[in-house]
Amino acid sequence: MIAEAGLAALWLAAALAALQLALACGSGGEQGRRIATIRAVAVAQGLLTIAAFAALVLVFLRSDMSVLLVAENSHSQKPWIYKLAGAWGNHEGSMLLWVTVLAIAGSVVALFERRLDERTLGASLGAQAALALGFFAFLLVASNPFERLNPAPLDGRGLNPLLQDPGLAFHPPTLYLGYVGLSVAFSVAVGGLIRREVSPAIARAMRPWVLAAWIMLTLGITAGSYWAYYELGWGGWWFWDPVENASLMPWLAATALLHSVNVLAARGGLRAWTMMLALVAFSMSMVGTFLVRSGILTSVHAFAVDPTRGSFILALLTIYIGGALTLLALRIADVKEGAPFEIVSREGGLVINNLLLSVILGVVFVGTLYPLIAEAVSGEKLSVGPPYFNSVASPIALALGAFLLIGPQLRWRRDAAPLLPRIAPGLLVAIVALVATIVLWPTIGILPRLGLALGAGLIPASVMPLFGRSLRRTPLAIWGMVLAHLGVSVAILGMASDSAFTKERLAAARPGETVPVGPWLVEFREVMPVAGPNWTAIEAELRASRGSGVTILKPQSRFFPDPPTTTNEAAIDTSWNGQLYAVLGERDDQGRWQLRLWWKPFVTLIWLGGILIALGGALALAGRLFRERQQRRRIEEAFE
Amino acid sequence: MSRYLRFVPLAVLLLFVVVVAWRLVMPEDTKVRSQMTGQPVPTFALAPATNGIPGLSSKDLATGQPRLVNVFASWCVPCIAEAPLLMELKRQGVPIDAVAVRDKPADVAEFLGRHGNPFERIGADDESRVQIALGSSGVPETFIVDGRGVIRYQHMGPIEPGDVPALLGEWEKAR
Repeated sequence: MIAEAGLAALWLAAALAALQLALACGSGGEQGRRIATIRAVAVAQGLLTIAAFAALVLVFLRSDMSVLLVAENSHSQKPWIYKLAGAWGNHEGSMLLWVTVLAIAGSVVALFERRLDERTLGASLGAQAALALGFFAFLLVASNPFERLNPAPLDGRGLNPLLQDPGLAFHPPTLYLGYVGLSVAFSVAVGGLIRREVSPAIARAMRPWVLAAWIMLTLGITAGSYWAYYELGWGGWWFWDPVENASLMPWLAATALLHSVNVLAARGGLRAWTMMLALVAFSMSMVGTFLVRSGILTSVHAFAVDPTRGSFILALLTIYIGGALTLLALRIADVKEGAPFEIVSREGGLVINNLLLSVILGVVFVGTLYPLIAEAVSGEKLSVGPPYFNSVASPIALALGAFLLIGPQLRWRRDAAPLLPRIAPGLLVAIVALVATIVLWPTIGILPRLGLALGAGLIPASVMPLFGRSLRRTPLAIWGMVLAHLGVSVAILGMASDSAFTKERLAAARPGETVPVGPWLVEFREVMPVAGPNWTAIEAELRASRGSGVTILKPQSRFFPDPPTTTNEAAIDTSWNGQLYAVLGERDDQGRWQLRLWWKPFVTLIWLGGILIALGGALALAGRLFRERQQRRRIEEAFE
Repeated sequence: MSRYLRFVPLAVLLLFVVVVAWRLVMPEDTKVRSQMTGQPVPTFALAPATNGIPGLSSKDLATGQPRLVNVFASWCVPCIAEAPLLMELKRQGVPIDAVAVRDKPADVAEFLGRHGNPFERIGADDESRVQIALGSSGVPETFIVDGRGVIRYQHMGPIEPGDVPALLGEWEKAR
């Protein structure tokens, strides 16, 4: 019954999306009344979609095995939190989550958007409805999450034990919030282009959505990276896997958009470019969803491959992106030139930021798809891995980081004042750090060395925009920018330190033996069996000592009976200056255990940086929303 | 923006759609074929895998006559399925040798006792070294090696009844 109610809600929501699109296209009716209707329809559509998603969550929590999706992906003995996460830990459920976020975003725009004029808002909500309609059709035609199974099995087929992890339970929803949050930027850009109304108001309407989506993407990518790091037991934090790239590409586009949208909002410049980025950012979300959901690229993320579904999403993606880009190509000539600026100015700096980010985006896009292109053209099979991405993307990313020493210090429009005093602190620290690394560690690679120098220089450079300001009257958005840039420097330091100083040790050891790694002496004490709620494991006890400090690590080799799977649970000891990472492997005939140990100095800075970047975004978002409310109130008071 | 430049994003999209649609229409061939096809068999010498049957070395494969080399294991279920077809090939006059991967002499003897022995020689490949050197990615696999010791053909997975004529044809071609 719950499943049928959910399906009915989904159909109704789809019908309302069609109505919303028709209302937005139709020209009849009085303008004011029509926009009120569109707003109401959008909100109703959002509520119905939420109801459908709630129904799915409910059947998962109740372990209703007569629903095919539950039977395939859940198990009555699973902890409830993973039953909940199971609702979106599969294809159909995750697509329903996707549409739910899309519909909620549409409702929120309909309820709260006051910056756009009514016609542009109507056109934007129409675009949002068109997006939703396609994905509703996809769910109802090709991925019905509420399909029944008759007769119902006694119990479900479980969930991949790798996915039974709190981090992963909330990683996909976070990424989806980011992916789909960008849909509003897309719709507003389409609305603006249709209405030939590419104005700062559009940028201001877009900005909070871009910021919020970007925060979610940043958090999602950071969490995903940490998950891969501790759960896969490979000791790395980024693998350039196609599915990772699928989340990185929208992030790169959103980062560029986040910067250019400010130029449009504040100075009215970069109009056409910002519109293109807004379209590209959500396009990358759709491309990413397609790449992940179609299973078209070989990846460690094993998702089911289904050509029908792949073709369906490909068709949607072609219609939406193709339509939007055609609109852009046709209307771009009508987009007015923005306010002029000189090359040495904040605008000029943001243009360079955008160009570098776009180049990195291009590098990742080409690298991700190159195996497909090569096989289509020459029939040759190949894979593109870390050597390509690291050697091509890292130098550009470093150049972008180096530019961060200068960019935020520039002033809007034209900057005639001497620049050197403003960039000197960052530059000096970077140069001193570079010399110090050459003296202290002459053998490390060039990229990590530059990364260390740059990361150090960026600390003062990030804080510089606060210099000479009254700190109490500095807007929150500036604090947010400073914090986010500081996060970039912290993350760069972590990445450089990890690649420069990591010590790895692979040993075959018997209980009682001691293995050194970096500054640590790791004593292999014993191996014993342990049991958890739905797994059994072999657990090693390692006593790691460094000077007088002692810590106990307990890596496990875990066995899940249903479905039968073995996973390696790494044991990680975090101290202020790094992480000791231990993985227990197999036992050989002579009673020796495979033991893989890493000492990773300051590796935690990578994720700390990611969190700081997201926090900076959150501060900026809060500041912008707060200030807008104040301004609106002031205007309202003036009219009273 | 110039007239042509504005269509660049559309062109990129078009390229993406074409490439991706091609992959959707032509599903990926996930088999990892051996790079050794057309190359001489790598040099190796394996001890007997079980009592009474000689071991296998690369020299035994260059005898002037094409031979089949079956990569198998007693613990491999599909190997049981293909066993009668190997017997059939032997009956038709095809000489067959084998590489037993990660196996034990007693298990190999039991396997041959139960499912018949089509093999003239069986080498014990306890650490999969020869299997990997041949470019085989799993068991069972069957290679055709010509009289000069060059690998001419690779069959991946169990031999099924429909595969027998093709294997016979390839063996004839390798003469």
